[in-house]
Amino acid sequence: MPSFVITEKCDGCKGGDKTACMYICPNDLMVLDANEMKAYNQEPDACWECYSCVKICPQGAIEVRGYSDFVPLGGSVVPMRSSDSIMWTIKFRNGTLKRFKFPIRTTAEGAANEYLDAKGKDLDSELLFTEEADGVTLRTP
Amino acid sequence: MALPNKPLGELPAVANPEIVEMEVDYLIVGGGMAACGTAFEIKKWAPDAKSLMVDKASLERSGAVAQGLSAINTYLGDNDPADYVRMVRNDLMGVVREDLIYDLGNHVDDSIELFEEWGLPIWKQKGDEKKALKDGGKPVRTGKWQIMINGESYKCIVAEAAKKAIGEDNVLERVFIVKLLLDANKENTIAGAVGFSTRENKVYVIKCKAMMCACGGAVNVYRPRSTGEGKGRAWYPIWNAGSTYTMCAEVGAEMTMMENRFTPSRFKDGYGPVGAWFLLFKAKVTNGLGESYVGTDRAKAELAKYEPYGSSAVTPTCLRNHLMLFEMKEGRGPVMMDTPGALAALSKDMDKKQMKHLEAEAWEDFLDMSVGQAGLWAGTNTEPEKKPSEIMPTEPYLLGSHSGCCGIWVSGPELDWVPDAYKWGYNRMTTVNGLWTSGDGVGASGHKFSSGSHAEGRMCAKAMARYVRDHADLAPALKQSAQELADIVYKPVKTYLEHAGYTTTTNVNPNYIKPDGLSMRLMKLTDEYGAGQTVYYMTSGPLLKICLDGLKVMREDAEKMAAGDLHELMRAWEMYHRIRTAEMHVGHINFRTESRYPGFYYRSDHPTVDEENWKCFVNSTLNPETNELEFKKVELINIIPE
Repeated sequence: MPSFVITEKCDGCKGGDKTACMYICPNDLMVLDANEMKAYNQEPDACWECYSCVKICPQGAIEVRGYSDFVPLGGSVVPMRSSDSIMWTIKFRNGTLKRFKFPIRTTAEGAANEYLDAKGKDLDSELLFTEEADGVTLRTP
Repeated sequence: MALPNKPLGELPAVANPEIVEMEVDYLIVGGGMAACGTAFEIKKWAPDAKSLMVDKASLERSGAVAQGLSAINTYLGDNDPADYVRMVRNDLMGVVREDLIYDLGNHVDDSIELFEEWGLPIWKQKGDEKKALKDGGKPVRTGKWQIMINGESYKCIVAEAAKKAIGEDNVLERVFIVKLLLDANKENTIAGAVGFSTRENKVYVIKCKAMMCACGGAVNVYRPRSTGEGKGRAWYPIWNAGSTYTMCAEVGAEMTMMENRFTPSRFKDGYGPVGAWFLLFKAKVTNGLGESYVGTDRAKAELAKYEPYGSSAVTPTCLRNHLMLFEMKEGRGPVMMDTPGALAALSKDMDKKQMKHLEAEAWEDFLDMSVGQAGLWAGTNTEPEKKPSEIMPTEPYLLGSHSGCCGIWVSGPELDWVPDAYKWGYNRMTTVNGLWTSGDGVGASGHKFSSGSHAEGRMCAKAMARYVRDHADLAPALKQSAQELADIVYKPVKTYLEHAGYTTTTNVNPNYIKPDGLSMRLMKLTDEYGAGQTVYYMTSGPLLKICLDGLKVMREDAEKMAAGDLHELMRAWEMYHRIRTAEMHVGHINFRTESRYPGFYYRSDHPTVDEENWKCFVNSTLNPETNELEFKKVELINIIPE
């Protein structure tokens, strides 16, 4: 299911040095045509359809069209991701619509505790720093 | 009009890239769950040292969990780590490192408790919705080891903590490390790595005292069932190119169980997960006659061919595949997942609201981790409550963290109960001093999945800090100059620039081969001769010889790969990593003259599980003099009683 970019909606992320889709694609597929100021998927047969580009595009300009080898035309799966949930709209080839909403995160973005000042004590034990702090005893066979 | 002999892509490569030299104490190569574990833990044990993490992609969406996951497959909870060992050992046909598995079982839950604290929603049993796992909250279990999550943002959350812990300035994204480097003065000791940016013409030469290399398993080593656009819909992440295995083997790391592979049975073509359907929804599979074939007498007779594993209480994954392949080969396909039957049984006493919730759960399973499967259902008007879906074993994948166990031979933990043959000082260190691996990189220790990979990465961090403390004299020095290394990394670019003008179109030129072309050659060769899916995973000694000869020639041709732009240069190095990985996989199958994993692959000349001669590890090392692999048997030591 390769991603595609809708010409009219893509604004090339307004001439920034990298577009959102180019920033996020795990397989380095999304590129910017600097003359047209439009992004495109440069290798559709290497697209895992992970939807990272679809989810991140600020213009909602990226969608996915089912892999031509085995997906009949006409269906679509479109996400709308916010900071705490994701809403999916699924359209069947026959027009049936389904909508699902799922939570994605219980904390604010950026709030993950990295335990910046935590220091391990005994480098010679096999305990991770959190286990050491909790006083864990490792089980033995 | 310009001729089509110009570089593909938007970022043309130049002959002489800028060279950036760096020196750090700790280098993390990779950006997935394991690498994020190391990045999170390292500063807790080495707060004043310089650490650097290098990711080929963007950390928040890289690795196998980039898309998300709908379950965490290893959460011990109240289970005994010894039972975890028993489960893994049985599923992987007896040949595993029990020390590594037990050790992982001790630590894995700690990472999951962190994920929850960081914001990952974990499904809880009724009444425990607000209670964290750490406080005794009971998760929704789909099986003895698995728990359900709302995991669309799983990787974003884990990456966020990793990046903050190691420091944002210490994460280098869009840099692809392609070779590890040994020390010029100290034998068998790691000293650094070299790679390049996929965004600008820059080569990075990075020296380090200790390294953790974990860049996933290997995908598209074998011809996939879909070879057009659908080639992208690999079950495992398509960007996993065997880099971990090739890079570590090339500096002399001993490999283990590289004959192991995984050909999961999944929803056909979309490769959506089946775990929730089997375990949570209790769905049955049927053959083309509508029979539930698993319990038939003929299935029992098939399993009896592979004792003692055939009659174990839980049938190993490969043997379940075998039963499915048996039905298909006998002409009793297609094999179908009876989704309507399962949902009807579950919703028997449900009201409308509960049924809607059940439907959402079924769809979320795909939408969290395999959106393409949802797209396939939409395109084929498949409502799972009305229409069953076909199940099919995929093409082979090589990995060490999921239900497979190929990888690198590493030290066990420094604990009394670990046999001496299994430990050489630092937990998860490879046989190369200062080089660690985790996740898909560690061999003979499967069923770690996302959570176990993260925990294992953290375990590496602590062992690395101990190693650096113990070796105060480490002063990494490279054998080659930065310029020599840059010339090696940019060789495909130089080849392209030298010859591209000779023909009128860039892809066909007698002086070079593009990575795309070599990729098709690799997948055809391994598929036809190395037990791929088109031959029902069957091979033999003579077929393997053809495969190995072909791979050797391919490695020679890889020297003539050409790349006109930075994306293609990435593909060229991925291809090189895949070829070497394929050589290890096929070489190991050739050495092990039995069929250890029926259902994943078969040798027609040695069709059974040979417990007497082959209940042992097969390890290999690359001889730097001959550039050939050398194989040996290594004794298996049981630690946990049956």
